Amino acid sequence: MAKRIDVSGLSAFYGSHKAIEDISMTVEPRSVTAFIGPSGCGKSTFLRTLNRMHEVTPGGRVEGKVLLDDENLYGSAVDPVAVRRTVGMVFQRPNPFPTMSIFDNVAAGLRLNGSYKKNRLAEVVEKSLKGSNLWNEVKDRLNKPGSSLSGGQQQRLCIARAIAVEPDVLLMDEPCSALDPISTLAIEDLIGELKERFTIVIVTHNMQQAARVSDRTAFFNLSAVGQPGKLIEIDETERIFANPSVQATEDYISGRFG
Amino acid sequence: MSHTAIQDRPAPVPPSRKGGLSSRSLPRWAPIGFAIVSIALGVGIGIGAGWESRIQWGLISGLIFVTISYVATSIVENKRQAKDRLATSVVWVCFILAIVPLFSLIWVTVSRGIKVLDTYFLTHSMAGVPGIEPGGGVYHAIIGTLEQVGIATVISVPIGLLTAIYLVEYGKGALAKAVTFFVDVMTGIPSIVAGLFILSIMLIADIQPSGLMGSLALAILMTPVVVRSTEEMLKLVPNELREASLALGVPKYRTITKVVIPTALGGITTGVMLAIARIAGETAPIILLVFGSQLINSNPFEGAQSSLPFYIWDQYKIGSEASYDRAWAAALVLIAFVMILNLVARGIARWKAPKTGR
Ligand SMILES: Nc1ncnc2c1ncn2[C@@H]1O[C@H](COP(=O)(O)OP(=O)(O)OP(=O)(O)O)[C@@H](O)[C@H]1O
Ligand SMILES: [Mg+2]
Repeated sequence: MAKRIDVSGLSAFYGSHKAIEDISMTVEPRSVTAFIGPSGCGKSTFLRTLNRMHEVTPGGRVEGKVLLDDENLYGSAVDPVAVRRTVGMVFQRPNPFPTMSIFDNVAAGLRLNGSYKKNRLAEVVEKSLKGSNLWNEVKDRLNKPGSSLSGGQQQRLCIARAIAVEPDVLLMDEPCSALDPISTLAIEDLIGELKERFTIVIVTHNMQQAARVSDRTAFFNLSAVGQPGKLIEIDETERIFANPSVQATEDYISGRFG
Repeated sequence: MSHTAIQDRPAPVPPSRKGGLSSRSLPRWAPIGFAIVSIALGVGIGIGAGWESRIQWGLISGLIFVTISYVATSIVENKRQAKDRLATSVVWVCFILAIVPLFSLIWVTVSRGIKVLDTYFLTHSMAGVPGIEPGGGVYHAIIGTLEQVGIATVISVPIGLLTAIYLVEYGKGALAKAVTFFVDVMTGIPSIVAGLFILSIMLIADIQPSGLMGSLALAILMTPVVVRSTEEMLKLVPNELREASLALGVPKYRTITKVVIPTALGGITTGVMLAIARIAGETAPIILLVFGSQLINSNPFEGAQSSLPFYIWDQYKIGSEASYDRAWAAALVLIAFVMILNLVARGIARWKAPKTGR
């Protein structure tokens, strides 16, 4: 079940360094929202605050509110482990578990959470691998190690692993940055299918990709090196690319930047 | 100004083929040739000068080898290749210098130890055998070593593993710093001091010597080694794997037990085995705390026991031909024990290592 995300007044810190400042936005359910912006402006940092992964980094600290269907993720009674089960994440670099087979990698989330029925496991793995467009390539070698796949296949394996636990929201941090155009296309198609079921947020440096896959686009920027990153604007993707309301957005998209 | 400078420069040595990327080079067998020549020269000089010591012959040969390699390469090839060859030759000479004592040690132990090493020796104790006469065996010492080392392992592996996990996964601030400091200090404790420490407790609490007391001292020696090696292995596990697991909503303790430790298991096992190998040869705490015995005592919790290093020391002290033989044979058994442990560790490490094959 997809959920709406409501962020208000969110700042994130690494120790005393403020990486992002005062971000407020709404992410609609069953849609794809793309984050774009120059390197170092805090896209990854912001993404990681949405499933409380930011506090895993030493010194990581967050101020502000993130409402997931009216429940504040940073409420005092909220268990970060439960948050991460609801809000899944795919990382920039594929990171399958090296000791586990393809099957075990996909099953890892369920197994390690201890919340599964044995006879349903194979079913869930198959469904997730089909969901990430990988099933046909690996169905004959599910017992091979996950690291025996190509980079693009590994990334789709990681997506299968993330969707196997049935999150409500899927965060993707530059999921295609290490992939060839064909794997990229496969993952973009996949994102199109997944948004029927999940709320998807994707960070990308590829303007065409943002234009192709996303419904809404958010542009982040930072005023100077060392300054915190800020949300400049968020709007329908077509408007952002055709007729943004802020000059900086237009400069960035058209490559006239800095 | 600059024009004259260019003219004054000595003409560069023309490359052998004009504009080519390849140049003259020594044949591939050249190093072997150099080695043969330098060994011959070394031996010749040694005999000529009437030196007794073979070590001198070897060192002279090594020196000649390095010199010939360098000079020949710098004449035939060029300066850079010569330096490369120099470094390679020095590494080879050092390698051989390091390997010679090891092989001679193994050779001496095997050749002297094999004399009395048979099933009788492995299955009998020294009960009723006068030390200066042949006969008897090492069985009681093997039992003692296995039990003492086993108990020490059972004590120190859990403590060491948990400490390392604490330091890498949880520890920050003053407590972690303090733990690291004490582990460092413990690594440097001489075995006799660990033995004296346990001995002082035994004197205070009026405890009799037993295998267990020796195990405690061995555990003190073993724990810091386990902590250190496990720590290094856990640090090698990429953070991305931890994050991948946490992002799936897996609690931290399960991330550690199901993802981090399995990934590092091969290395951790190797570290533990090396730690065991280290304490298996400790003699001082055994002399102090287990007292030594000529009889079979398979109860480590009561009464004196023997152990392989103690047995070697004891037999050597007797000083007869037969006891020397027994000491060497026991040394061979001890080396074999450590070798087998190492092989097992390597096997486990290979079997458990993260799989990369297609
Ligand atoms: N682990 C960390 N410790 C300290 N500072 C960090 C850490 N990670 C990121 N930062 C800082 O936070 C700021 C934002 O980094 P972030 O990784 O979110 O940028 P980004 O927009 O994702 O960049 P990119 O597009 O290059 O991935 C940067 O100034 C960076 O130096
Ligand atoms: Mg980033």
